[in-house]
Order: sequence, then structure tokens, then C-alpha cells
Amino acid sequence: MLNQIEGSLGVAKAVALCRPGVVCAYPISPQTHIVENVGKFVKEGTLKQCDFINVESEFSAMSVSIGSSAGGVRTYTATASQGLLFMAEGVYNASGLGLPIVMTVASRAIGSPINIWNDHTDSLSQRDSGWLQLFCESNQDAVDTHIMAFKIAEEVGLPVMVCMDGFVLTHAFERLDIPSQEEVDKFLPEYQPREFLDPKEPISMGAMVDPDAFTEVRFLQERKMVKALSVIERVTKEYRELTGHHSGGLLDCYNCDNATDLKLIIMGSTVGTAKDEIDRLKKEGINVGIISLKSFRPFPYEALKQAIGNTKQVICVERAFSFGARGIICPEVKRAMEGTNCEIHTALCGLGGRAIYGSTINGIVKQALAGKFTEEFTWFDINSNVLNSYLKDTEGVTFPQGPITDSQLQNSCK
Amino acid sequence: MMKKPFATTLDPATSLANHTGSWRTLRPINVFKLPPCNKQCPAGENIQQWLYYAAEGDYEHAWRILTEENPFPACMGRVCYHTCEGKCNRGFLDESVGINSVERFLGDYALEHNLAFKRPVRETGKKVLIVGAGPAGLSAAYHLRRFGHTVHIVEMGKEAGGMMRYGIPVYRLPRNVLDAEIKRLTDMGITLECGRKVEDIEAEKKNGKYDAVVLGVGAGISTNVDIPQGDTNHILHALSVLGDIETSGDVQIARRVAVYGGGNTAVDVARSLRRLGAEPIIVYRRNRDKMPANEEEMDAAIQEGIQVKWLSTIAGAQKDTLKIEKMALDETGYPQPTGEFEELPADAVVLAIGQNVDKSALEKLKDLKMQKDAVEVDPQDMQTSIPGIFAAGDMATSDRTVTHAIGMGKTAARGVNAYLKGAKYEKPAKHEDALFEDMHPWYYTDAPKTVRPELELARRTNTFDEVQHGLTEENAIFEARRCLSCGNCMECDNCYGVCPDSAVIKLGPGKGYEFNYDYCKGCGVCAQECPCGHIKMVPEKI
Amino acid sequence: MLDQIKFYQTGSNTIGNRLLNPSMRAIQASADRPNGLISGHRACQGCGEALGARYAIDAAMRATGGKIVVANATGCLEVFSTPYPESAWQLPWIHSLFGNSAAVGSGIAAAMKVRAEKNGDAVAPRVIAQGGDGGTTDIGFGPLSGMFERNDDVLYLCYDNEAYMNTGVQRSSATPPSARTATTQLVGEHPGADWGKGKDVPMIAMAHGIPYVATATVADLRDLEEKVTKAMSFHGARYIQILTPCPLGWGCASGVTVTVARMAMETGFFPVYEAEYGKITSVRKIRQKQPVINYLKLQRRYAHLTGKKADPNVLARLQALCDTNIKNFGLLGDDEPQLTPAAIQAYERSNKV
Repeated sequence: MLNQIEGSLGVAKAVALCRPGVVCAYPISPQTHIVENVGKFVKEGTLKQCDFINVESEFSAMSVSIGSSAGGVRTYTATASQGLLFMAEGVYNASGLGLPIVMTVASRAIGSPINIWNDHTDSLSQRDSGWLQLFCESNQDAVDTHIMAFKIAEEVGLPVMVCMDGFVLTHAFERLDIPSQEEVDKFLPEYQPREFLDPKEPISMGAMVDPDAFTEVRFLQERKMVKALSVIERVTKEYRELTGHHSGGLLDCYNCDNATDLKLIIMGSTVGTAKDEIDRLKKEGINVGIISLKSFRPFPYEALKQAIGNTKQVICVERAFSFGARGIICPEVKRAMEGTNCEIHTALCGLGGRAIYGSTINGIVKQALAGKFTEEFTWFDINSNVLNSYLKDTEGVTFPQGPITDSQLQNSCK
Repeated sequence: MMKKPFATTLDPATSLANHTGSWRTLRPINVFKLPPCNKQCPAGENIQQWLYYAAEGDYEHAWRILTEENPFPACMGRVCYHTCEGKCNRGFLDESVGINSVERFLGDYALEHNLAFKRPVRETGKKVLIVGAGPAGLSAAYHLRRFGHTVHIVEMGKEAGGMMRYGIPVYRLPRNVLDAEIKRLTDMGITLECGRKVEDIEAEKKNGKYDAVVLGVGAGISTNVDIPQGDTNHILHALSVLGDIETSGDVQIARRVAVYGGGNTAVDVARSLRRLGAEPIIVYRRNRDKMPANEEEMDAAIQEGIQVKWLSTIAGAQKDTLKIEKMALDETGYPQPTGEFEELPADAVVLAIGQNVDKSALEKLKDLKMQKDAVEVDPQDMQTSIPGIFAAGDMATSDRTVTHAIGMGKTAARGVNAYLKGAKYEKPAKHEDALFEDMHPWYYTDAPKTVRPELELARRTNTFDEVQHGLTEENAIFEARRCLSCGNCMECDNCYGVCPDSAVIKLGPGKGYEFNYDYCKGCGVCAQECPCGHIKMVPEKI
Repeated sequence: MLDQIKFYQTGSNTIGNRLLNPSMRAIQASADRPNGLISGHRACQGCGEALGARYAIDAAMRATGGKIVVANATGCLEVFSTPYPESAWQLPWIHSLFGNSAAVGSGIAAAMKVRAEKNGDAVAPRVIAQGGDGGTTDIGFGPLSGMFERNDDVLYLCYDNEAYMNTGVQRSSATPPSARTATTQLVGEHPGADWGKGKDVPMIAMAHGIPYVATATVADLRDLEEKVTKAMSFHGARYIQILTPCPLGWGCASGVTVTVARMAMETGFFPVYEAEYGKITSVRKIRQKQPVINYLKLQRRYAHLTGKKADPNVLARLQALCDTNIKNFGLLGDDEPQLTPAAIQAYERSNKV
């Protein structure tokens, strides 16, 4: 059914269609509208046999979710930014316990400085937490990915973060096609936990594992992650056949077939902006492909290698980076393309909600095709005026206008 | 079945594979200690154990345990001076357990319910002669009969009972009780022949083809003392006074009677005379602290209006007055004459200053070794210097109480039994003492001793009705439940409950507990929390 | 008749007592007790926590016909009961984190309710969350308070051994003043834990107005079992703090675990009481009052107070602490408890000896 609604409401409806037994969250922007709506569904009775729990912190939100998931019911929570960090201990714990919790991360920057706007620092900080991370490029994608996420999580036996850009998606009103309850019920059967806390068959979950078996536990956990690649593909195929929606997947290629000079790898809502710009560029005769990276964890090395093929240059448009290192996606792409001649760079932009416009994409494409990405890592949308206003007085350093490369940054410190 | 992940999810109770017993350096063991009451009991009663069953309300079982050592619980519950109570560990908490009153309750219960002793399963065919049907002889007869021997008792007196009949007044031991407990013995097949004195023991043994003899002739002759006296003052002996009261129910002496002596017999005589309308006064050369008479009996005598002249000896007797010399105790506690005299109005004197053994028949036994006033016996088995002849009771010791006599009779019986098998009886080694310090008194709840109801004072001075009444069942159980069960398991489940490792196995009612050394880490909490000190930690052999 | 005679040697002070009607004996006395925590666990010798956990869990299992699910905080209890490949638990049990067992419990309770609803079961399994004093009064305090505030149907059991034992005996907010821990050593002018610190979580729990709050010790099993049983008769958030001595951390002999807990009660050092909906409803009276020194001298963590160099002022202050508890809670005889006892720390803070 088509609705012109806010992304958060769409996601809330999608979650409700999955018939969770427990929904537990703590308020943090920009995730709030999702759980507010789920709470309303529970209270008004449209979502039955579900306990909606308001807790006192994200740490408890994750902990309650661990408890309810271990208790054998489908469990959903949502958070963002600081909240994700505050629950971090539980995040790792949930995956170690193999609990198929689905959590929306309404992606947002992390303070300090406090900033409520979108980038990808929060979920990428949990890169090694053992959760699947599925990124959504649109609200329709978000609606569909949430429904698929439950199925993937439950089949794989690992928790899933569905990452949707804060405000840009969560607060955007769009036309959404929400599947019917019948469709979802057909797609997602009632939850059958692999193991749960049941007095009829008592088990002890969360044992202490010593060096004798710890590596093997981790190996088996990683095996689940690797298996998830095919599960994601299969579930996506199934979902697409059922709904006709082109959502989900490990990655999605746009205009890639003839774009052998340049492809952009992008996660999240920027993909939509980029598509429009690519369409415009196409009219100029510039052919650029976009690879929308949907599954950040597990990272689809093979699928990505296929998608990049013999493209000469790849730019990763990244909305997060690693302090003291460089991009986060770029090294992964390099691993995928190891042994090829593909040039791979990071264009860092859109931190803390700085808008990525069509012009930003246009700039990246133009610079890339002009061979100006000479280094792996570039602060692409940085404003030198703002920087210089501070550094000139304090350290006598000034930067030229335009993107700043990693070596420029390093030289400025010498 | 659930699909469990590797290592992080475990099956229940799999820890049982981990035998933590290997950690142990100390091992708990159950020790059975000798409770102070059992240790003190001259008859060797297993008091703690019969209290155990009495506390459960299983009186017959309690009575059976009791009578394994002593066949006279109803008598004992009346006349025993219950020194066990003086040693009772409960005394450290509040008051000692009223063991004696529970014993009496059990004895009376058995009489009321006609409980009988079992006849021996197997007859040995051996014949044993018992000379004297006092407590020692009867006790020996009982135990010998239990062994399956044929037992015949010859008693000089008209009836069996010895001092229990002719020495102890009726108000302390009603004769129907005594008769019933003696009848229970003859019901076992013991034969009793009264009114004949065995003059020639050797001949009796030979003619009757007895395999062994137990002598229990008692100390039935009152000790005499020379009191200068005028013609008219009566000087009588305590045992003959008590004997006359027993046989004729009365004795005519005088109104004002001085009873000379400080032992139990003196008190018995004084209290008996009081009941016959006399005004007895006890004359004793030392003070109350030094008096050998049982304290409770003495208290009762004073309550009944009997006067005592302490620190006094009778120096002479005239028609209606006694010449009394005042005594003073020296530093060793021995009375010394002071040379001060006074007069005490009295019409008669009853001597109660001791009893002697009738040696007339004994002197015919050539090889019998005697001590001053007793037959010499081996305390292990009560055998005299003549093989096959044993002795027990007042004639064999200086501790002249019914209870001691019963205990000696039992030992003699065991001695005879061994002798008849060609062996020598030796008393088994005793368990270590159950000391109050080894117990955990916190666990015991507070409960003062139950007071036995007594006959009203007014009726005590004119009738021979029994003074001390028995406990009701309710009180008897209460009293039995006051027992701390020193050094012996009372199945309180503490060890089972307090083990942090669930390493104590409960075996079920009456069976106690077992340590599961597979898991016991040897922490010692069970030993520390055992109320009665039944668990001991001993070093593990490594 | 036999049942009417109420004197049973040890009364109900012992675990079982064969003279008592079986229905009056402790659950721990029964040969078929649940043994929720079974042998083979790796607790130290004489572990009070292992004991307290079995006592409490078994009582809860009996009260619910075995329908109990447990969430356990990180700590000794978790470590010694479930090291791979062996679990000592005989009931569904989960360990998640150090500071979240109350919240995990809330989640399980919600799940149990929803599952029962989905399956059409009349009765849902009940939930216990548990942890040591560190996991309860410190790191898990936020989730605990949240669970209380929401009145989630969880019984929280705090096994209080007054320090972080699993990490090597460091101070927690339940460590009493003057006690030695690895982070409050017996050195300097004021050896041991500082005065005027710490928090009284049972009182804080009461302030949440939850249906049931109690304190108990491993030295009074009947009391503990009754409290757990009573707690299971309520729905909503419940809290029981159980004093479980740690021989290693307290520096006492492994055999005196129960005795030292008893001393904590009998001195008034650890008041044992229960409260319903924020109000104290009963206190466990002291049976044989003891001076605080008798409690201290069993433990080397108070070694500085039991030797010749003991500071009499500190001893007096500890005795005053006990006396205050006795007075505030009415622990002696027929004393009526004061209506609103304050946290003992309040007394310490307002009285400098």
C-alpha cells in the first residue's frame, strides 16, 4: 500500500508487520520517531502480543533486548550515535550470544563535539562488534531492509543493525509502499528461536570460555558471518520476488555497465543524491557508475570485486574515518581489489550532517576523472576558510581552498 | 531439542563431571562421641539414644533401648539419684535435661502398656546361680537370661528386690511398680526362690550343677556405733526400722526420734518416721555441704518439716535426752570435737551411719579375697578371686546405690557370659567425650526444665503416698526434646543444608548422612555448624 | 499431640530437625531439593555466595514449581558456575554482562509474558536476576533502579559479600567502613575503607516503593527461604540482599562462613528485615546479642581492630554503628522499629567520633 509518510513511521510500520514480541528503546535523536510510533501501535492495540518497554538508558535497552531475545521472542530496538556507544558492551554481547536482535541505527555523528546530524561514525565504530550492518539508501529500502533483517538475523543467528541516515531518511516524508501483513507473514514466519531460556529444557547461556576454546568460538561466529553473505542474497531475492521492490542485497549497482573509468562506492542516502547527479553527468557524456554498498558487515568482497570489474578508478565517498588512519571503506575495497590495477581513493565528506549535494558528487567525479585524486585519502568537502581562521592565528598555518589531501595535512604539522 | 552453539551454551548439571573433591586437604568425618550423661550413668545407659526416640514419641523403641542396659526404668525413674543430670551439657545453657523423669515416664509407659522383655532366641543350656535378688542380682539375672542362659535366683528375704524393697521407703518407690518390673524378669524364664539363705555357695553350685555363680548379697547389716546410754532410751538400726515399715506397714518407736547419720538411709528413715507421726531430727556431724545424702531428697525432708542438727555427734543417751557434742570442721573438712556439749530432747535414736556386708557365707569360700568391707573383684568383669564366681552390688564396691548395683550386675553378667565361652570379658573402649566446647549451642532454643509435680506437703507427713509424680506425656516429650544429643547425630539436616557444594548425602530418616567425597572440598562448614559436634575435620592423606 | 509440643531441641534454627513436621522443615532439608546450583562448581571452599545462591534459587524453584529463569551478572557466581564445558545450573540461566542483569531480567520477563500469551499458557515462568554487590550496588545500579521503577516482574537477588571478590577483593559501595580491601588497604593513618561512604541499596529499593524488599543472610536459612517464597508471591519488582560471607575476601576460615554471617546478624552489623511497598513490615530479632568485636575478630580484614594496636575510637564507632541499627530497626526484644530508619551511612556522616 502506498503512503506518503515519514521514514520513521514507515520503518515503525515495517517493524510492526514483523510482529516483534518485545520492543525496547531509549530516546535519542534521530531515532525517536520510530519507537514512538511502535509504542503507539502497541498501546493502541494494532501491534498485539508485544511488550513495549521504556528503559532508563541504551545500555538497558540493549540488555532488555538481550534478555527478551534469549527469552525466545523476536526483539527490536533502535538507537543512534552516543546511544550506540553507551550500549556498546551489550552490542558485542548480543552477537557473542548469537541473538537475532534487529536494531535500527539512525546514523548520526558522535560527540564531542556533540552533533545530532548524520554521518556514519556511530555504526562504523561498532564495525568489529559481530553484528551485521545493512545500510539503506532510501526510506523504501529502509522499510524493506527491516523486514528482511529479521529473517536474515534469525537464519544466520546473529544480530543485525539496519543503518539509515539520521534525519535525511528518518525525518523525510516520502511515498512508501508498505507490504501487507499477509505478505510479510508469508515471508517471515513466526519466530522459532534456535535456543532460548525455557524451564522445560534448561540451558546455561553465556558461559565463560577459556583459551582452550575461545578461538574456536570466534571461528564459528565468523563462519556465521560468512554464511550471512549468501543468506542476504537469498533473502533479498525472495523478498524482491514477493514484493517487486528493488531493495536490500549485498550491494546495488547503478549505471555500472559502461562506467569503466570511474565508479563511486557509497553507503546510505547519499546514493540517491549521487544517482541524480550521475544522471545529469550522463547527459554531459560522462559515464560514472555507482555501487551502493548495502552490506558493510559482512563485507561482500567477492560481489564488490565483480561489481568493480575492470574499472580504472574507484572513489569511496565516505561519511566517517578512522583517527590516525584513513578511510574505513577504502581499505576494504583495496582488499577486494588486491592484485588488480584499480585505483582506489577516499573522498571524505558529509561529516556531522554537512550536506552532500549533487554538486559535491559532481566535484568528486570531475576531480577523479581529471586524475586529481593523487592520494588515498582526501578531505573533500572541507572549508579552508573556517580552518584558516583558527590555524593562521594559532600556528601560522593556512590551507588553500578546496579539498585537502592527507599529505597536505601531514605537511602542515611538520 | 534446541540447536545450541558451541561452548557458550552449556547443558545443565554438567559440572558433575568436575570432581572438586581433589581440592580437599581436610576431610569431614562423622564421630560418635560419648555424651556426659551416658558416661556418668553407673548402669551404663545409652541415655542420649533413648531420649532420641522418646523425643520422637516412639516410647517403646526408647524403652527397648533403655532396657538393653537396665531392666528397671520405672524403679530407676524413682530412686536413681540421676547424677547424669549433673553432668548434662544442657546445664551450660539453661538447666540439665530431666533425664530421670523421662526414664520414669518410659518405665511407667511400659508398665501401662504391658511391654514385656523378649525371651532369648536361643537357649545355651548353661546354668547360672544368682545369690541375692537385689538390684545387682536381678540385673545380672536379666542380662544372663538375654544371653540365653538358664538363671536361678536364691533370695534370703521373703520377697525379691533387696534394698529396693527393704531399704527404700514406699513413698519413693511404690511396691506395685517394683513387683511389676521384677515380674517382667521372671516372665523371661528366670526362676526365683525366696526365703532361703545360701549358706554354702560351693556346695550349692556343685549340687545344682551351675556353670557359674553371681553373688549379690548386698550390705544388709547396719553399722553399729557405741553410744553410752541409759536403760530406757531406744537405740535402733535404720535398716531394721525400714524393714519393719516394709513388712508391717508401721513401727512403734517414739515421738521424738533422733536419726543419726547424713546419708540417704538417714533421710529415708527420717522421712518415713515423719509419715508415721513422729518428729524426727537428723543429727549429723558435718554440715550440709559435706552431707552425702542426695540433695533433692534432703530438700524434700526439710520441706516436710524434718529438723537437722548440723555439726553434732551423739555423745550419750538418757531416757528422754541426748547429749550432743558440737563439732567443727578442720581445714580438711573433717569434723573435730569442740568439747562443747548440749542437750537434745529425744526418746529414741536410729543409727543410720552405714551398712555392712553379711560375710557369714563368704567366709566359707576359702580362696575368696576380701577387702575391708567388700569382696575383691576384677572391675573389668566382676569376677572374684575364685574362677566362675562373680560378685556385684553393695558387696563388691563402696558406691552403694541401686544404679551402681544394676550396672555391676550387667558387667558381671557379661563377665559370666564370656567366662562360659572360655573367654574373659573386657569392657569395650569408650568413644571420646562429647564436650560442650565442641558443640554449637547457638542452635539450641531456650527451654527450662520441666518441674515434676509433687504431692502436696500436707499429705506427705501422714501418708506413704508417692511424693514425686511422673511427667505427663506432654512434659516427658518436652523434656526429651531438650536433649542436645551431644556428640551424636540428631538428624537436624544442618550438614546437608549448609554444604556449599551439596556434597552431603541425606540417607533418609534414621539413617543419617554420608559425605560425598567426590565433591566435598573440605571447607569445614558442616563441622562448624553441626550443633552436636558430630563432625570432625581430619587431615586428608595426600 | 507430638505436633503440639513446640519444643524441638534446635527449633527451626537448624536446617531440618527430624522432629518437625516435614512441611515445617526448610526446603534445603528435603532429600529431593531442587539443587538449582549443583556440585562440581568451582567456588572456593566455604563460599557463602554458592550457598546463598542455592538457598535462594531452590526456594524460588519450589515456590514456582521449577518455572524459574535466571539472569546472572558477571562475577564469582557466574565464573565458578559456568566455566566451559561445565555448568552447575539446573535451570535456564543466562549470563550477559556485569552491569545489566536487572535489565536482562526485565527483558526475559517480558519475553516470558509474551510467549505465554502466544502459547496460551496460563502461567509464565518467573524471572530472577542476580549479581554480587558490585554488580548490584555499583555498576548495575542504573538498570536495577530502572527495573524497580518500571516494577518489572523480576526478583533481584544481591549476594552481598561487601567487595569485588572476583577481581581480587576491591572496595565496592557495599564495603563497610574500616574493612580492608585491595583498594582500601590497612595502611596509613586511617586503615581500611573510609567512613561515611557507601550506599544502602535495600533502603533505596524501598524508596522505589516496590512490592517487596528484604535483607537476609546465609546464617538464617528459614528466614531466607520464607523471604524468597514470599517474594515469589508478589508480582512486580522485588529485591533481596543476602549477606554471603567470602572467606577469602574477609580473611576468615573457610568453615566459619555461616558463623560469621550469624555474627553479622547477632551484633546488629547487618540488620535483617523486610519491607512491603516501601514500609518495613518485620525485622529479624537478634537471638543472642554479641558485641561487634566478636564479629570482627573472625575476619582478618579487620585485623587492625582486633590486635593490641586497635584504635578504640574506631571500635567504638563500629559498635555505635551496630547500636544504631539495633535502635533504628528495633532488632532487640520487643522493640518496635523506628518508622523510617535512615541509611546507616547517614549516621556515619553525621557523627564523627
